[in-house]
Amino acid sequence: MRIMVNVGMVMNLDKCIGCHTCSVTCKQVWTNRRGTEYVWFNNVETKPGLGYPKRYEDQDRWRGGWELDRRGRLRLRSGGWLYKLLTIFANPDLPTIDDYAEPWTYDYETLFTAPVSADDPVARARSQLTGRPLALRGGANWDDNLAGAPEHAGADPNLRGMEAQVQFEFTQAFMFYLPRICEHCLNPSCVASCPSGAMYKREEDGIVLVDQDKCRGWRFCVSGCPYKKVYFNHQTGKAEKCTFCYPRIEAGLPTICSETCVGRLRHLGLILYDADGVREAASVRDPHRLLDAQLGVFCDPADPTVQAQARRDGIPEDWIEAAQRSPVYALAVRHRVALPLHPEFRTLPMVWYVPPLSPVVNAVARRAADADPDDVFYAVDQMRIPLQYLANLLAAGDVEPVRAALRRLAALRAYMREQQLGGTPDPAIPARAGMDPGALDELYRLLAIAKYEDRYVIPSAHTETADRLAAVHTGCSVGWESQFAATASHFRANHVQFVHVQPRRPDHGASETMAAEPEQPS
Amino acid sequence: MTSATLLAWIVLPYLAIAVFAVGHAWRWRHDQFGWTSLSTQLQERRLLMWGSPLFHYGTLAAIAGHVIGILIPASWTAAIGVSEATYHVFSAVAGTVAIVAIGIGLVILVYRRVAVRRVAVTTSRVDVAVYVLLIVIIGLGAAETIAVNLIGPGYDYRATVAIWFRGLFAADPHPELMATAPWLYQAHAISAWFLIALWPFSRLVHAWSYPVLYLGRPWIVYRGYRSAVRPRPSLTPTAPRR
Ligand code: HEM
Ligand code: SF4
Ligand code: SF4
Repeated sequence: MRIMVNVGMVMNLDKCIGCHTCSVTCKQVWTNRRGTEYVWFNNVETKPGLGYPKRYEDQDRWRGGWELDRRGRLRLRSGGWLYKLLTIFANPDLPTIDDYAEPWTYDYETLFTAPVSADDPVARARSQLTGRPLALRGGANWDDNLAGAPEHAGADPNLRGMEAQVQFEFTQAFMFYLPRICEHCLNPSCVASCPSGAMYKREEDGIVLVDQDKCRGWRFCVSGCPYKKVYFNHQTGKAEKCTFCYPRIEAGLPTICSETCVGRLRHLGLILYDADGVREAASVRDPHRLLDAQLGVFCDPADPTVQAQARRDGIPEDWIEAAQRSPVYALAVRHRVALPLHPEFRTLPMVWYVPPLSPVVNAVARRAADADPDDVFYAVDQMRIPLQYLANLLAAGDVEPVRAALRRLAALRAYMREQQLGGTPDPAIPARAGMDPGALDELYRLLAIAKYEDRYVIPSAHTETADRLAAVHTGCSVGWESQFAATASHFRANHVQFVHVQPRRPDHGASETMAAEPEQPS
Repeated sequence: MTSATLLAWIVLPYLAIAVFAVGHAWRWRHDQFGWTSLSTQLQERRLLMWGSPLFHYGTLAAIAGHVIGILIPASWTAAIGVSEATYHVFSAVAGTVAIVAIGIGLVILVYRRVAVRRVAVTTSRVDVAVYVLLIVIIGLGAAETIAVNLIGPGYDYRATVAIWFRGLFAADPHPELMATAPWLYQAHAISAWFLIALWPFSRLVHAWSYPVLYLGRPWIVYRGYRSAVRPRPSLTPTAPRR
């Protein structure tokens, strides 16, 4: 057992109004540059819908993430070491800009320079790749709010296994938004796909980053990520991705997308997990068991033996304390209302979602006139189609965890309504969802009240180490060659394992340098 | 020895080698961020899927061929029982296969660079210089391989060009040998030295980063302060808000 920390996020989909504020603020901070016009570290997709890039969830086509070989061993779906080294000259699985959308701007200049005329001047669209006029046929949000749904929505990979008629009715009646960022996976296939070793997980908080100085533009991370959350900067020739706003996280602040979320639906917190168990959890044969397997590597931060092990593994005391208050742990593990996006990709993603109850209820109200729309339990149990859709999205097709989560949310809704209306809530309600009233109170506080300090529990990085932390990802390439020397001894012994990439420990080789440094102000 | 001989077969090679070495050292130290393949597959995929592998596999085969033909002395191959006639047939046939692959690949890549607008706009001046030199070098190489060695009478470059080339590295140059070589070979060599001098300043540096170490690496890479990295005093974190 080796305990490590991963920052995690839970998004409460019931609250997302699809305003795209998170996408825009993230873009303003991170990707408003040449070369990243088409890049959305955060994007908000309408579901059912195609996603961005189009149909990225269809891994038969894009071959992202992991799979099990015939002997049940984990391997990259897009092929192993040798295959990559042989296909490096042209990556067989890379999406092109047309799979995203050719980025454009408008020719605003003509609005000012056009000669006086009876007709108003028009700012035409121009491609940001070529500068030429562009006929607009797609964009990052082309199917926003089900626009064009009769044509496109049927191509949503999550509708697999549903007949055409059902699909169509469904897209008329059921809709929600899915904000997406990088999952900062426990078992990131992007990292595993990078032949240069430029991508890495930060040991202290699990944030997945690209070392811009080490990236050589082989672009396998882009195809390796099943969520397509690594993007290729076509100006610099290097890969870029969501940084989990690490400079803010280090300072104890929430990410930009969370901070600016109008619906206040994002929760940030720490998860303690057993790094030694990751590979096994990702290798579970039955995809329906992947959720439990991932929950199985999460450690209970309230457990004294876990705390003792965490201390031995060098996790600071205030981080252990923060992990106990983690809203992510509460929603995902304690109350089991949050679920991972596409666990079947086997990357053990760390951005989880509370499934949306409202579209399910609305769909019932619309379809079954005799149903009491307030009887949300009825809704949850009745709506086979939305449940299957959500299950394809959040539970590898297994309806049960989705139903269970929705029943808990339904219980919360019914219980709190009675309480608010001055009645005495029926204790049978939480019981029907397998909960006690105390749990409902906590859920209510987290999901409905959702105070700033309850949503974001992020301990700041330690000042005595923070400057070293910064050095890791500001392109400081200290001793990189020797890093590989250190890892080479693990030659194929393990496919997924914990690795000290850098042999030069602060307490050994670097100690003279450190002693010579002036004290940092704290 | 005329001064032209001296210039072409001693001064130019040593100059190119010096620029190559110093240029790479400088670029490696100062431009890690610019060290990349500068892939344009995002912009155009269909042509690249054919052009790039053909060009690269052909080029790597041609480089291997140069190692066998130029770096390994004829006496060594003779010692393991390969006669000049056998060697000639092998090099002409294998060389032709490689040059055909390179040729087709290069035509596709150049066409793509010129005709596909999305790719064309990314082309830098250095790219243009690289492509011009590649076209010249590869064109001349194709003429040597096919016109001279496959169809034509053949030319035993291992008795002249190869000895001159190895001599450069043994500090025992024989420019007079090169002066007797056919003009095709002379022009091929001269243009190649220009490409070598340009190499460190172009996208061609990507070739040195062929990630062989991937073969010996565990899947997941971690980096962190607990196991790593010297401090950088200049970076001070912002104060937490809460
Ligand atoms: C084993 C070493 C090499 C590897 C792994 C490699 C890989 C690559 C890759 C990934 C690209 C980008 C293709 C894309 O647009 O996606 C590229 C482009 C290119 N490579 Fe290489 N390469 C190698 C050696 C060479 C050599 C030896 C040469 C020439 C002497 C060369 C010449 C080029 C050129 C000219 C391009 C630009 C193609 C274009 O976009 O027009 N490469 N290479
Ligand atoms: S979601 Fe993020 S961490 Fe996971 S594979 Fe994709 S880029 Fe990597
Ligand atoms: S965490 Fe930061 S970088 Fe990542 S999507 Fe949110 S705002 Fe963008």
